[in-house]
Amino acid sequence: MSFLIGITVLLCYQLIGEVLVLLSGIPVPGPVVGMVLLLLTLLVRGKSAESLDGASTSLLSHLSLLFVPAGVGAMLHFQRIGSEWLPISVALVVSTLLTLVITALVMRSLLRLRARGESAND
Amino acid sequence: MTETGLSTLWVYLSASPLLGLIITLLAYIVSYRLYEAANRNPLLNPVALAMLILMALLFVTDTPYSTYFEGAQFVHFLLGPATVALAVPLYQQFSKLRALWPVILASILIGVFMATTSAVGIAWLLGGTPETLLSLAPKSVTTPVAMGISETIGGLPSLTAVMVVVTGILGAVFGTRIFDVMGIERDDVRGLAMGVAAHGIGTARAFQVSHQMGAFSGLAMALSAVATALLLPWLLGILGLVS
Repeated sequence: MSFLIGITVLLCYQLIGEVLVLLSGIPVPGPVVGMVLLLLTLLVRGKSAESLDGASTSLLSHLSLLFVPAGVGAMLHFQRIGSEWLPISVALVVSTLLTLVITALVMRSLLRLRARGESAND
Repeated sequence: MTETGLSTLWVYLSASPLLGLIITLLAYIVSYRLYEAANRNPLLNPVALAMLILMALLFVTDTPYSTYFEGAQFVHFLLGPATVALAVPLYQQFSKLRALWPVILASILIGVFMATTSAVGIAWLLGGTPETLLSLAPKSVTTPVAMGISETIGGLPSLTAVMVVVTGILGAVFGTRIFDVMGIERDDVRGLAMGVAAHGIGTARAFQVSHQMGAFSGLAMALSAVATALLLPWLLGILGLVS
């Protein structure tokens, strides 16, 4: 029963998110709005619920499975991927590595700056 | 069973959504077992393996993707509630997030800028067509969000989904090695970079390293999804790719 309640709460927030996006026309996908609303609810409430924790943990622990059906969709685009393999593959590899490196370097330097600022204040 | 009996059975099964659902689960379970048997070698990424098995299977049996997806959509559908579920780890890590928020926010914004502009820029330089550029732009964001963004900006959502999955696999396979080479040791930094660059697939990998890396990766994935959804249409407008 607990899992059922948890998953129902998640689906309700998704529905609220989708409806808000439809009504307001904001260019953000419904599930993201649902996630933000759920976070706000938890913050206001000051605690989570066991049913919600359980449902979230089980969904998120199999997160990578959920990407498989979309990935198999590559077979619909073999022709485009074949004719544009160079821009697509170079863009994916270089951009992903660049994003990993730059984001990590930026955060590390910002943390160092912050630490220096704090010790200077002492 | 007779030859005609077998083919009747196949006609029945291939038309039922049950088969698409079961082969998705089986392919993933087999891939995950292989991955564990290989001491979780990132090169044997279970998503990539399962994709290859399923594509080979569909190719050999001459099954169209739409038939397969009638069953697989039940798995795909769960991406929606899974995105909402990210609110829970975000809430659990909220005290850390609050203490570090200026650093986290600035790093994520720069990461999102990097992920989108570098992908579009490189593909443009190498002669990619406009649809391909637009489909590539949201590649670092988790699938349901990326497909939504792709649709909004005029890309091909199903092509975007493929780009997203490949990006995630690349991040999961090379992420930790790159951080080792760079001497990045803090799990919050590793996790945040992983979540910005490689969304849910990177997050799944990060949770295997440590809980803290996973939580920061999940946090970064959620925040960068919001940031990309809000910023990308505007950014592409500046670049002149969307009106």
